[in-house]
Amino acid sequence: MTHAPEHNPQIQQMTLQQRLAPAWPGLLVPLLMCAGFALTLNPSSWLTLTLSGLAMGLMIFIMASGMTLVFGLMDVINFGHGAFVSLGAFVGVSVLFALGHLTAAPSVALNLLAVLMAICAGMAATALAGWAFERVIVKPVQGNHLNQILVTVGGLIVAEQLIIVLWGPEEIYFTRPEALKGSFIIGSIAVEKFRLVAVCIGIVVFAAMHFVLRRTKIGLIVRAGVQNGEMVEALGYRLRQVFVAVFVTGCALAGLGGVMWALYQEVITAHMGNQAMILIFIVVIIGGLGSIEGCFIGALLVGLLQNYVAFVEPKLALVSNIGLMVAILVWRPMGLIPVVKAK
Amino acid sequence: MIQKILSYDTPRSIALSMLLLCIFAGLALAPFLFPGVRTVDTAARICIFIVLVASYDLLLGYGGIVSFAHTMFFGVGAYSVALTSLHLGRGFDALILGAAIGAVLATCLAAAIGLFSLRVRAIFFAMITLAVASALAVLVSQFSDLTGGEDGLTFKLPRELGPAFKFGQTLFDGTVFGVKLNGKLLTYYLVFGTSLVLFLITLRLVNAPFGRVLQAIRENEFRAEAIGYRVVHYKIAATCLSAAIASCAGALYAIWLRYVGPSTTLSLELMIDILLILVIGGMGTIYGAVIGATLFLLTENYLQAAMGRLTSGIGDIPVVSALLSPDRWLLWMGILFIVSVYCFPKGIVGHFRKDP
Repeated sequence: MTHAPEHNPQIQQMTLQQRLAPAWPGLLVPLLMCAGFALTLNPSSWLTLTLSGLAMGLMIFIMASGMTLVFGLMDVINFGHGAFVSLGAFVGVSVLFALGHLTAAPSVALNLLAVLMAICAGMAATALAGWAFERVIVKPVQGNHLNQILVTVGGLIVAEQLIIVLWGPEEIYFTRPEALKGSFIIGSIAVEKFRLVAVCIGIVVFAAMHFVLRRTKIGLIVRAGVQNGEMVEALGYRLRQVFVAVFVTGCALAGLGGVMWALYQEVITAHMGNQAMILIFIVVIIGGLGSIEGCFIGALLVGLLQNYVAFVEPKLALVSNIGLMVAILVWRPMGLIPVVKAK
Repeated sequence: MIQKILSYDTPRSIALSMLLLCIFAGLALAPFLFPGVRTVDTAARICIFIVLVASYDLLLGYGGIVSFAHTMFFGVGAYSVALTSLHLGRGFDALILGAAIGAVLATCLAAAIGLFSLRVRAIFFAMITLAVASALAVLVSQFSDLTGGEDGLTFKLPRELGPAFKFGQTLFDGTVFGVKLNGKLLTYYLVFGTSLVLFLITLRLVNAPFGRVLQAIRENEFRAEAIGYRVVHYKIAATCLSAAIASCAGALYAIWLRYVGPSTTLSLELMIDILLILVIGGMGTIYGAVIGATLFLLTENYLQAAMGRLTSGIGDIPVVSALLSPDRWLLWMGILFIVSVYCFPKGIVGHFRKDP
C-alpha cells in the first residue's frame, strides 16, 4: 500500500484585481463621473450635467427595463417597444391638458396630483395596449426571431400611424405644471426641479423592481425563468402567464418613461418613441440582454456620457453613445452583466 | 443562353414568368411606351428599388440576417457620388469614382458592424444596425457644411446626361417614335442597364455555392457550423456584398435625381419601404424584389391619389376620413405587412412558385 502523496493545500489570497472583477461594471458609473469632471473642470456645471445625466439615464432605464426582462424571460425581442413610449406620452399629456385647472394652480400638491394622474393614465393605457399587442402581434410568432422582428416593426408602424390619426401629425408643445418649472438655486448650483423629481421616481422604480425581483416569490420565478425556463415549467409554473404579466408591466413602465420623457422635453411627437428606441437599444445591449442591473448601469452610463459630451461638442452626443456600446462590446461581448442562459 | 444569364434560377412558374417578362419589357421600353416625366421617373425608381431590395434579400431572405442599416449603405453610395461630383466637377470620372468610393466605404462599414456584432448574437445585429443607421442619419443632418444638412445637396451631372444634350439629329431627326433623344433618355438607360447588371450579379451570387451556404445558415446555423462552414465569415461576407450593391443602387438614385438628401436616402421610412417590398414580394427569391418593387411603387404613386379622391368623396366623418387620408398610407401598408408576415410568409413569388 502506497502512501498518499504529500499534499498541503494552501488558500491563496485573491489579488485586488480578482476581487474587483465582479464590481467593475458598477464602478464604471463613478469613473465616468470623474472623467466628466475632468472634462468640464467646473464644479457647478459638472453638478448640473451630472444631475441631468442621471435624470436622463433613469428615464431611459425605466423605458428599457421592460424590454430587457421580456427578452430575458421569453427570448422575445420587441422592436415595437418605442410605440408604448409615444403612447404613454400622448395619453399622459392629454390628461395634463384636461386637468389644466390643476396644473395651473399655485399649489404644489395639486400640481403633483395632476402629474400623478397623468402618469397613472399613461401607464394604464400602455398596459392595456401592451396586453393587446402581446395577444395580436407577439404571441403568434414566438420562437422565431426573424418573424418577431418583422412583425413587431410592423406593429410599430401601425401604432405610430394610429397615434397620428388620433392626435394629429403636428408636434404638441406644452409646459410643465407650475411646481415643476424652474430650478432651485443652492449656492452657485442650479438644480432643475423636474430633474430632481425624475431622479427620485427613477430610483424608486429601480428599488421597487429590485425588491420584487430579489425578495418576492414572483421575482424568484421570473429570475429562474430567465435562467432556465424549461426547468421552471417542469416545476409546475405557468411561465406563459408570468411572461404576459412581465410584458404588460414592461409596457406600462415604457408608458411611465414616456410621460416623464414628455415632461422633460416639453414637446411630444409621434416619432419620439423611435428616437427613444435608439437609446433603449444601446442601453439594453450595453447591460447584457435580460439583466436588470446591467440595464440600470448601462442607462446611467448612457445618460451621463450623453450630457457630458453634449456639453463639450453637441454634435457628437449620439455618436459617443455608439462608441461606448462598441467599446463595451469589445470588452465584454455579452454586455456588462450577462445573464447566464441554459440555451 | 437565357438559362445561363439567369444563373439557372428561372422563375419556375408560367404565370410568374409572364409577369416578370411584362415588367422587364415595360421597364426596358418605358420612355417609349409611357412617355411623360412622371411615368419615366416611376420606372427609374422601380429599377433602382429592385436592385436595392434584391441586395437586401441576399441578407434577409437568404442569410436570415435582419439589418436596419440598408438605407445607410444606400445613402453612403448616394452621398459619395454627390460629393465627388460637387468637388471634382461634372464628369463621368467623378461619377465612377464616387460610386467606387461609396461601395468601398459601405463595405468597410458593413464589415466593421458585422465584426463586432455578428460574432456574439444575430439579434444584436438588428439592434446595432438600427442604432448606427439612426446615428448616421442624425450626423448627416448635423454636419451641414459637408452634407447640406436637411436640405441635402444638388449637383450637376455630365453634360451628356442633361436634358439639353441632343443626339441622333442627322440619323433619326432627333426623335424615335415621337420620343426626343436627349440626355434624360440616356440617363434612364444608364440607370436601367446598371440596375439590370447589378440584379443579375445578385442572382448569380445567391445561386452560387455561397448562396447555398447562406441558406443552410438560415435554416440551421448550428448544423452549418458542424458541417464545417465558418458561419460568421459567411454572414459578414453577405453583409459586405449586400452593402456594396446597395451603395451602387444609392449612386444610381443620386444620378437619377441629381439630388441627395436625408429624407430620400437615409430615413427610417425608406427602410420600412424596403422591408415591405421584400416581404410582400417574397423573401429568399430575388424575383420577389422585382414584383414587390413594381407593385409597391405603382400603388404608392397611383393609390395615394385614389385615396385622396376617396376621402374628398366621403366628406368629413371624423375618424374614417383621417384613416383613409393619403397621408395614412403607411398605416395600411403596416397592416398589410403584418398580415403578409403571418399569412403569406413566402410572398407573392412564393405563392406562385411551388417549390419541391
